[in-house]
Amino acid sequence: MTQELLTQNRINDLFAQKSERLLNVYFTAGFPNLGDTGTVLRGLQQAGVDLVEIGMPYSDPVADGETIQQSNMQALDNGMTLKLLFEQLAGCRDERSGDPVTVPILLMGYINPVLQFGVEAFCQKCREVGVDGVILPDLPLDLYLSEYAATFRQYGILNVFLITPQTAESRIRLIDSETEGFIYMVSSASITGSVKGISDTMRAYFERIQAMNLKNPRLIGFGINNPETFETACQYANGAIVGSAFIRHLQQEGTSAESIRAFVQTIRA
Amino acid sequence: MEQLIEQATSFEVSDKGFYGNFGGAFIPEMLYPNVEELRQNYRQIMADPAFQAEFYALLTDYVGRPTPLFLAKRLSEDIGATIYLKREDLCHTGAHKVNNTIGQILMAQRLGKKRIVAETGAGQHGVATATVCALMGLECIVYMGSIDMERQKPNVDRMRMLGAIVVPATSGSQTLKDATNEAMRHWINNPVDTHYIIGSVVGPHPYPDMVARFQSVISEETRRQLLDKEGRETPDYVVACVGGGSNAAGAFFHYLNEPSVKLVAAEAAGQGIATGHSAATTALGKPGVLHGSRTILMQTDDGQVTEPYSISAGLDYPGIGPLHAHLFESGRGHFHSITDEQAVRAGFKLSKLEGIIPALESAHALAALEELSMTKDDVVVVCLSGRGDKDLSTYTKYLD
Repeated sequence: MTQELLTQNRINDLFAQKSERLLNVYFTAGFPNLGDTGTVLRGLQQAGVDLVEIGMPYSDPVADGETIQQSNMQALDNGMTLKLLFEQLAGCRDERSGDPVTVPILLMGYINPVLQFGVEAFCQKCREVGVDGVILPDLPLDLYLSEYAATFRQYGILNVFLITPQTAESRIRLIDSETEGFIYMVSSASITGSVKGISDTMRAYFERIQAMNLKNPRLIGFGINNPETFETACQYANGAIVGSAFIRHLQQEGTSAESIRAFVQTIRA
Repeated sequence: MEQLIEQATSFEVSDKGFYGNFGGAFIPEMLYPNVEELRQNYRQIMADPAFQAEFYALLTDYVGRPTPLFLAKRLSEDIGATIYLKREDLCHTGAHKVNNTIGQILMAQRLGKKRIVAETGAGQHGVATATVCALMGLECIVYMGSIDMERQKPNVDRMRMLGAIVVPATSGSQTLKDATNEAMRHWINNPVDTHYIIGSVVGPHPYPDMVARFQSVISEETRRQLLDKEGRETPDYVVACVGGGSNAAGAFFHYLNEPSVKLVAAEAAGQGIATGHSAATTALGKPGVLHGSRTILMQTDDGQVTEPYSISAGLDYPGIGPLHAHLFESGRGHFHSITDEQAVRAGFKLSKLEGIIPALESAHALAALEELSMTKDDVVVVCLSGRGDKDLSTYTKYLD
């Protein structure tokens, strides 16, 4: 089954072709305006990002700091729902449209809206609209494996897990052996948008993980917001994830293709 | 003494932290090491005789336990049954909340933690946490919704006087749910030296089980006291209010496996179940995940958590503990929705008949008595979880 996935999934395809300086950018669906999801997605693709992480807004995002929380609230106030997100993404991969989305897409969010949607229906929709993977920080590995992994695999949807500086080595090995796509390395013990710079402690953690020779590629997230932090992350991993900084940029500079290109260029000069 | 840890029942939490379909630990990886450390150690620590000796000594000398089991004669006559009040309102700090914070501060010390973070809604759990932190000399940070800070200013002042830092939760709806989110975020940002004292039987496993066991002193005492007064350890009914459900969990705990004892939970219907201003979780909620456990919660069709309403800030929570969700689903627990009006009326009734002003939360349990069809021979224990001083400004609006 794993072999089958490796040949089918855009995330695995990407890492098979490219293993350095990958940039994954997060944005919240339906933010700043309800209809902006497709615009921002295409803007990021045109700007050359390697992966896109679309946030499914949630009322109680406990792993997120103020910036992403507020973007979630604003998206919900705009009327964003999971059902609507799938409608917005429907057809985005269609080559006949002239401007198909080819960049790998992950949905990032919390488990409760997915449970209400129905896990199988969710996976089916992901498959249908061309979502390649999900990041659900409050779905723990053991529950994923015992209750949901079979369904996600059936539809070819990868589930990406987080590790932190406090994650035990045995647990990192377990995550590495049980998942594919990539491992999301949280740079320090923190919520999103609250990390300032990259410290020596963080470098020591990056080196420790680098030396583990994991089978999965690694992307570093949390605290990546400028060329320096991006380059540092790339020394120790296959690339990095930017979230809060891009949300702030969208808020201040808007969603035009030029604005998004300018942001991406400031990160990956 | 061993009662804290023994009691293998069908309502016992499973190894993975589930009560039937509810419970578990739905937490981000950032919290995993902390929660796992607690899970691996809590049973062993609670079973340690030295821990138990210290816990019970503080409950006796500091909290003032055992709390009385009081035969409310005039109320009994009015209701038409034999009604006992378990007087948790006489605990130090004015409510049952301190039973849990005493247990958890001792737990935090044994885990080598230097700092405590907590959430609070009405401020009762915040005060109980600030109290034990002062007692043990640990730093204390309490998150409280900024709206609640305005509504419950006396408790904010109490916490500050006790040396706690009270931080306004300004996210979301700025009430208990958001204070809980902020406390969890604080814990994520400070994983090594901080212990999170959750105030109810909610949160990721092992919190619901640990808090229920600390609160189980309520029913442990009730059994002894009832034997003394009635010649039997088991009443016909135990009645308690449920927000998150910690006083109810404690009052039910040693009766969970005795089907002859009817367990009655009073939820806050607010202005009425159908009004959109309610906190009656089992009446309005659906299964889902909130604050780290699978439980029943009030939410939209899209899975967004909805904002509850109750006149009582302690019941103003969109979920219930997973044990209660299991009691509800299995039919072991009988859930009643009590409106603001019914609760206030019951609060006035107890004040006038027995000279006891109950907390608005506890008044919901008292109001549920009116909904039960009881006979004169029925023996009923009502958990009077807290005293009403904090609610005077609300009660006085209803005077005359």
